[in-house]
Amino acid sequence: MSETLIGKAAVLQARAEHAAVKALLAWRPEALTDAKFDRGELTLTIAAEEIRAAAATVQAAGYNFFEDVTAVDWFPSTPRFQLSYHILSHHLKERIRLRVMVGGEAPAVESITSLWPAANFYEREVFDLFGIRFEGHPNLRRIMMPDDWQGHPLRKDYPVEGYR
Amino acid sequence: MNSGTPILEVPVATGAHDQHMVLNMGPQHPSMHGVLRLVVEIDGEIVVRLYPEIGYLHTGIEKTCEAKFYQQVVPLTDRIDYLSPMANNLCYCLAVERLLGLEIPARAEWLRVLLSELTRLNSHLIWLGTHAMDIGALTVFLYTFREREEILRIFEGLAGQRMMTSYFRVGGLSMEPPLDFFDRVWGFIRVFPEKIDEYANLLTGNPIFRNRLQGVGILSASEAVALGVTGPNLRGSGVDFDLRRDMPYSGYEQFKFKVPVAVEGDCWARYLIRLQEMRESVGIIQQALEGMPDGAIKADAPKIVLPDREKMKTQMEALIHHFKIVTEGFAVPAGEVYQGIESPRGQMGYYVVSDGTAKPYRVHFRNPSFATLQALETMCKGRMLADVVAVVGSIDIVLGEIDR
Repeated sequence: MSETLIGKAAVLQARAEHAAVKALLAWRPEALTDAKFDRGELTLTIAAEEIRAAAATVQAAGYNFFEDVTAVDWFPSTPRFQLSYHILSHHLKERIRLRVMVGGEAPAVESITSLWPAANFYEREVFDLFGIRFEGHPNLRRIMMPDDWQGHPLRKDYPVEGYR
Repeated sequence: MNSGTPILEVPVATGAHDQHMVLNMGPQHPSMHGVLRLVVEIDGEIVVRLYPEIGYLHTGIEKTCEAKFYQQVVPLTDRIDYLSPMANNLCYCLAVERLLGLEIPARAEWLRVLLSELTRLNSHLIWLGTHAMDIGALTVFLYTFREREEILRIFEGLAGQRMMTSYFRVGGLSMEPPLDFFDRVWGFIRVFPEKIDEYANLLTGNPIFRNRLQGVGILSASEAVALGVTGPNLRGSGVDFDLRRDMPYSGYEQFKFKVPVAVEGDCWARYLIRLQEMRESVGIIQQALEGMPDGAIKADAPKIVLPDREKMKTQMEALIHHFKIVTEGFAVPAGEVYQGIESPRGQMGYYVVSDGTAKPYRVHFRNPSFATLQALETMCKGRMLADVVAVVGSIDIVLGEIDR
């Protein structure tokens, strides 16, 4: 299939003209901590505290449609949580993934609902099922589970059958 | 855009707003298409705020997937969106195949396209019937279910199951279609365009239906993009984007079809677009039938795809592979893949993360209805309460895929 590029240097060299890469480098090169091109998908790892600004940068670079945000729990390795933002460009007909790593102690990142209101439900879902807080979210409440539920079911230390 | 505090926690309004009333629609309401609960704040008959409460059908499918082998997830995907099971199957199989780097034979790809489009017809028929019924046109429901029945019979002959078909497999399809399959699909699509005319005759010129939909539930293009609306709802707002054409998968680039777009952004536009989409789907099915390639329907990957029954009974090696796949599954190389497809309701995306074992480390479903529901308040605000029913019908949501 397509080639695989692992590491920031390799991606920057081979994909220097890519719209999102170019915009992020012009904005703040040090916020882009890692990059990967695998199975035809470009993954850009962003420093956790910069995600809102980075999302605003790719939005301005033509990635106009927010598709999805979800988390992966890499327990027990650290940093524990990976957040994957999938952002699509209607114009370029291309999708990128912004990846953020967050630690397991009181995990929190900045909300991107001010850029894309569509992120509202998705961030609530991540909060509900993983317990990651989104600062600046207008209504960060549980969405799937009942309001008085204890624990976050999609975490890896939560048993599949639940607690009995 | 559910900004501000949830309505339920707001104390009884005072001052200028003390005439407002908070009304619960659902979760057991015939027009809510499942168990959706809408908390609506109304001023007389006018909707001031609207807040969807979801989660009544949440079964934790994503968590269940993590405990299953890759091939065991396929039947679970049927149950996410039970009105378009094949679209879910397709999206999951494509994602895992990309993780594996598996090449699929052309015949399997074409059959998948054919079945996806039949599924689209199936789903749109239910939408049309129930939507018209919500508005008060009860007749159309009986007509659309007559045609849907034929599709379900075709599915039953194909997979042995009417709704939860689970016919797709990682690496192809479960078995060769039965002998009369192609004749039945031909028979169906020969008469189906006339049936669409029949529905249009009943509804398009009907002044009651038209007045209930025209100018109701308006969503502008920029609002639709900001709120994550996809599929026919997005195209009804004037954004010309369809994954089948713009980011093709499963061989869609070999098919010719038009993507209907309207600029009005109201319920009427969405109705016309779905009607037109049905006609285009018939065209795609016809092309698939005419050009259906011969050959295998499974990839040549004995360690991933189950062997034929015949081989399993006669060849030692096939028996071993069969035993290994069923008891241990197959390992998938580590990595992550996001596969998007155009489901009947919009962009569906499956995000599969593998850690190199036989069970998916994480599966996430991005389902179109979930995002579309966020746009409901924007569409209903300032309209009459009765219009909420029309709007909920026109955006074609399925609660199974919202709550998962």
